Amino acid sequence: MEDETVNNVMCQFTDPEGTTLGAPLYLPQNAGPHQLQQIVNKLLNNEEKLPYAFYISDQELAVPLETYLHKNKVSVEKVLAIVYQPQAIFRIRPVNRCSASIAGHAEAVLSVAFSPDGRQLASGSGDTTVRLWDLNTQTPMFTCTGHKNWVLCIAWSPDGKHLVSGSKAGELQCWDPQTGKPSGNPLMGHKKWITGISWEPVHLNAPCRRFVSASKDGDARIWDISLRKSVICLSGHTLAITCVKWGGDGVIYTGSQDCTIKMWETSQGKLIRELKGHGHWVNSLALSTEYVLRTGAFDHTGKTHSSPEEMKKVALERYNKMKGNAPERLVSGSDDFTMFLWEPAVSKHPKTRMTGHQQLVNHVYFSPDGNWVASASFDKSVKLWNGITGKFVAAFRGHVGPVYQISWSADSRLLLSGSKDSTLKIWDIRTLKLKQDLPGHADEVFAVDWSPDGEKVASGGKDRVLKLWMG
Amino acid sequence: MPQGDYIELHRKRHGYRLDHFERKRKKEARAVHKHSERAQKTLGIKGKMIAKKNYADKALMKKTLAMHEESTSRRKVDDDVHDGAVPAYLLDRENTTRAKILSNSIKQKRKEKAGKWEVPLPKVRPVAEDEMFKVIRSGKRKTKQWKRMVTKATFVGPGFTRKPPKYERFIRPSGLRFTKAHVTHPELKCTFNLEIIAVKKNPNGPTYTSLGVITKGTIIEVNVSELGLVTPAGKVVWGKYAQVTNNPENDGCINAVLLV
Repeated sequence: MEDETVNNVMCQFTDPEGTTLGAPLYLPQNAGPHQLQQIVNKLLNNEEKLPYAFYISDQELAVPLETYLHKNKVSVEKVLAIVYQPQAIFRIRPVNRCSASIAGHAEAVLSVAFSPDGRQLASGSGDTTVRLWDLNTQTPMFTCTGHKNWVLCIAWSPDGKHLVSGSKAGELQCWDPQTGKPSGNPLMGHKKWITGISWEPVHLNAPCRRFVSASKDGDARIWDISLRKSVICLSGHTLAITCVKWGGDGVIYTGSQDCTIKMWETSQGKLIRELKGHGHWVNSLALSTEYVLRTGAFDHTGKTHSSPEEMKKVALERYNKMKGNAPERLVSGSDDFTMFLWEPAVSKHPKTRMTGHQQLVNHVYFSPDGNWVASASFDKSVKLWNGITGKFVAAFRGHVGPVYQISWSADSRLLLSGSKDSTLKIWDIRTLKLKQDLPGHADEVFAVDWSPDGEKVASGGKDRVLKLWMG
Repeated sequence: MPQGDYIELHRKRHGYRLDHFERKRKKEARAVHKHSERAQKTLGIKGKMIAKKNYADKALMKKTLAMHEESTSRRKVDDDVHDGAVPAYLLDRENTTRAKILSNSIKQKRKEKAGKWEVPLPKVRPVAEDEMFKVIRSGKRKTKQWKRMVTKATFVGPGFTRKPPKYERFIRPSGLRFTKAHVTHPELKCTFNLEIIAVKKNPNGPTYTSLGVITKGTIIEVNVSELGLVTPAGKVVWGKYAQVTNNPENDGCINAVLLV
């Protein structure tokens, strides 16, 4: 190989799903990610230049092609398949300090949730109250009393106008986040505690009215907050439902302790499909579009929408953009230490089985761009998987106790994990390393959430304080 | 053929007596009366034995009835709010291991309340030197009296080798050496068998501390790594202090309370 001549290599760009972009083309070997980015932007006719990351056989390309070829001994005579992945055009700063630890709850904090626009924060606790917090002054704003037992789950509607909480006594309560007052009486119906709540996506129904709740008694119920009653009861699981998700195509997914995942149609509550495969309880479900469904019409720019119709339109646009032309993917984490990747709209058989954890998988979460799956396990590790193929990417070790919950930053570049060992840790997806260790809690961390605008992280745990972290 | 088998053979051939079941019913009906008559009449040890048996039968009957009652009657459960709230994903998990975990918040509370060296046993009985040590006479004529044997339990580190007898002033008998202690967590009221790391302080004096003598009231350092305790910074704690609460030389084991 002579130094003065620049060698070329035949390259083929493909997107993460495997569709090719243009014809294979000769690229000079000294081209690096920066040059490739320009080419892809040109090929895709993007008006504004988007950042891309490039992967060759699941390894990120950070050096010029020449160095890569040389190092990995790849033949220059074959067509080199380069996968490009669009990156978020905004960047979220990693949080590195505790900006406030707010006392107020008289018992362990069991759940925290930012509103879809990232301006409000709610937390549910073992002292039977839901509290709303003022993020500007970092003080308690409203204390919502009304539940009879521990508040296990809270969920914001994707338009940010309602907050629903479920308790251990089995009742659900809807709150008005502006006043902190309950809107109406508690919704009774479940016989045992509530394990999960999920709202109907805003792009399906513009002013948010319906949500689904899952309970230990084995039923999921669809509620209408304007009719104030249970519209449909989805019964069929023989054991407790552990997780419920309302998909973007208008399908409800429920994962249960009877080892199955069921799909329900939402107008009449008919069972569409049953996904079998797990050998033990299904603990957690995640949808590839979950983040978009959660944030609805709100994005990183902080725009507000005046009417529900406009909101619906914007949300649908965001959802379609996120989904692309691939079907929605579902990941389920289970007590049998494995996870399954499904494409439930296509087939009832799993796409891949993701093995590697040595303890039960407690929480799975798709990254906001859908390209990664993170899983939190009781074996003290967090693992990262390719969100499209389900291939193992990396394991993040560092926690000394079981990892309970994880949360992604909105740009999919950082991952947050909260553990029993009383710390939060931030992991960098690019370098696959620990970015930041956040000690400060005095006891187990039960709930973490990264605000959708990326500014703050909230965490709560057994030590009864709510901590806010900032960059 | 055993005697009792003839009746069975007879029954097999000819069937039961015609009045057999009638007689049986009557006998059973009479049995309670007979039993009662006997219970009332018998005196002395026999009477006591019958009374005791009757009492046991009655108690068992009541218990069984109560059990059946319980399974049919509906009760309200889980209505009151309990302490120790856990999130939904931990509600179905078994709670047995949770008692083992020493909670940091308890530690925090303790720290606020008390000074650092407030120990469960603030005063100990001073142990005199001649109780602690036995004089060993040595030399050909047994005239030299500089050798001492420790008569209390000791902790000897794992890498210890004895000095040659000529220079060994203090003998720590291997029968009284301990490597493990039963350590109780005062709040959780559970006990663990933990390895001793070191003797931190013997209240009777620094010489005993350096010899590793363990008497009542001694502060020892124990290995708590298997309890899964973490510091606020998220590191695993492995050494913690505990105070000995018994007289190990008398009991053959070391009991201690963890200082939290």
